[in-house]
Amino acid sequence: MVLQHWIWIAVGISFSIYIAIALISRASSTGEFYIAGKGVPPIANGMATAADWMSAASFISMAGIISFNGYDGSVYLMGWTGGYVLLALLLAPYLRKFGKFTVPDFIGDRYYSNIARSVAVFCALIVSFTYIAGQMRGVGVVFSRYLEVDINTGVFIGMLIVLFYAVLGGMKGITYTQVAQYCVLIFAFMLPAIFISLMVTGNVIPQIGFGSAGSDGIYLLDKLDGLQRELGFHEYTSGKKSTLDMFFITAALMVGTAGLPHVIVRFFTVKKVSDARKSAGWALLFIAILYTTAPAVAVFSRTNLIETVSNKPYADLPEWFEKWERTGLITYYDKNQDGLIQYVADPEVNELKVDADIMVLANPEIANLPNWVIAIMAAGALAAALSTAAGLLLVISSSVSHDLIKKMIKPDVSEKGELIAARLSAVGAVMLAAYFGINPPGFVAATVALAFGLAAASFFPAIVMGIFSKKMNKEGAVTGMVIGVLLMLFYMTKFKFGWFGGGTEKDWWFGISPEGFGTFAMMVNFAVSIIISKYTPAPDSEIQALVENIRNPDDN
Amino acid sequence: MNIKQNYWKTNLKYLVVLLVIWFTVSFIFGILLVDQLNKIHFGGFKLGFWFAQQGAIYVFVILIFVYIYLMNRLDKKFKFEK
Repeated sequence: MVLQHWIWIAVGISFSIYIAIALISRASSTGEFYIAGKGVPPIANGMATAADWMSAASFISMAGIISFNGYDGSVYLMGWTGGYVLLALLLAPYLRKFGKFTVPDFIGDRYYSNIARSVAVFCALIVSFTYIAGQMRGVGVVFSRYLEVDINTGVFIGMLIVLFYAVLGGMKGITYTQVAQYCVLIFAFMLPAIFISLMVTGNVIPQIGFGSAGSDGIYLLDKLDGLQRELGFHEYTSGKKSTLDMFFITAALMVGTAGLPHVIVRFFTVKKVSDARKSAGWALLFIAILYTTAPAVAVFSRTNLIETVSNKPYADLPEWFEKWERTGLITYYDKNQDGLIQYVADPEVNELKVDADIMVLANPEIANLPNWVIAIMAAGALAAALSTAAGLLLVISSSVSHDLIKKMIKPDVSEKGELIAARLSAVGAVMLAAYFGINPPGFVAATVALAFGLAAASFFPAIVMGIFSKKMNKEGAVTGMVIGVLLMLFYMTKFKFGWFGGGTEKDWWFGISPEGFGTFAMMVNFAVSIIISKYTPAPDSEIQALVENIRNPDDN
Repeated sequence: MNIKQNYWKTNLKYLVVLLVIWFTVSFIFGILLVDQLNKIHFGGFKLGFWFAQQGAIYVFVILIFVYIYLMNRLDKKFKFEK
């Protein structure tokens, strides 16, 4: 059967499953719409969280980025998993005990002020919008790459699907669709990875395979280090980034993960406090399957790429090379007209440009897997993008209908009215996201790092201190959040967009990159909050009792 | 001291121990001491590199499940869990 047919079948079946789930799990109350009626079992919540968390970028791009950066790519691996330890230990159980609907709910109630609530809503909206625009674009790119429709049509199809199940099912529908999407995406990622591991190292388990030797008896990583050195690239197992920057980026990604509203809100959906802890454990386990496989895939494909192309005659290359060349993801220009491919670090001599996404996308062809595997990859990439988009969409719609309308603008709105408002704001958010997907603002890529930095600089300190310090008051927390966010925005716009006089790498403060600056802004937030709270009145006894109450799972 | 403060203190104790391990495997083994650890080989891996790309993640998963176990035990002891 032709590849295109296989892909339409795989995508068609998976989309029908999502729609069927949405029809079964319609939300009939705001409680179901916002937090799935607090009835999600921990394992299901773990899978949903994993799908919510792993976006098109995790699925398609991450292995490739690691593949080109070697050890430096570890910031993503540690940063995007370590945050779950913080979530499980410092946030999830207590926020679940608090038991409301959204993150601004907690900030607004704990810091007894609508100013705190508004700041939280503002941060939640910025973080989620920067993120969702990238996801809709991702949906479009996957469609166009696999199905040969144009990107805009792809965005449009993706938009309709998400619209359907998010608006109908709310959190309840999203949760169970995400469970299905996790299964699709993990199967799609692991299948080619296992076959490539088998092909390169003879070991079925990629995590072990990349520490073993190939058929020539040389350890794979030693061989790759050697190849990299020969071609003038830096050694794979050592990095170029400074130790301080590695430290700050990893910390910013970890803390940012723990502060992302669409991740936090997943822990509101379980029945009891102990289930929130269990969900975090399952979520990280499910995420770790992909995150420990990705660095292995990175090594296999890097080695494979170098061995396939380096100094080989262009005419003898395998078929997949030519196929991906047509997409523009690989470009070759024979500078010295010798008919061979020079793939080296020196830009003067180098003749080959390879897009990072190739490392995952071309895997099935490199491993000579049948067409249906490629079809499943397409379905997997779409599952990854759609599940993340849906989770973000819910945060945006609940920020508008619950935090803004119900809690501030019109507190007497009926349950029914709020549910309608929630659905309408979901529709509005999808349209806006689709607009950004079709007309991507140039800053989308740059702002994904911004989303983590912002979450780290705003929510994380305010929530952690709200739980672990009874004396933290609204003056401290609000000033901390505002200063943290403004500082982060200033640094990102200065070095990413050239505002405030711009600057280059040598102007970075203490050598910290914009990606790692969230850690610094977070520390400033903590410091400012603590100092100000020392000189302003402590919260009254009611708030202190609230803090006492969320610290244990007891109902009385 | 009342029961709930006792529960909270034990929880804090667990948190400190687990977070020290969390920090050690990632920030210390994977980043600060990576060059020193890379002199030690472990199969085909340099140890520091392995912690940064594999080991830290495995330990993270174990840490959360240890915390789940400890807290479920604690909840039972304090009769918070029916």
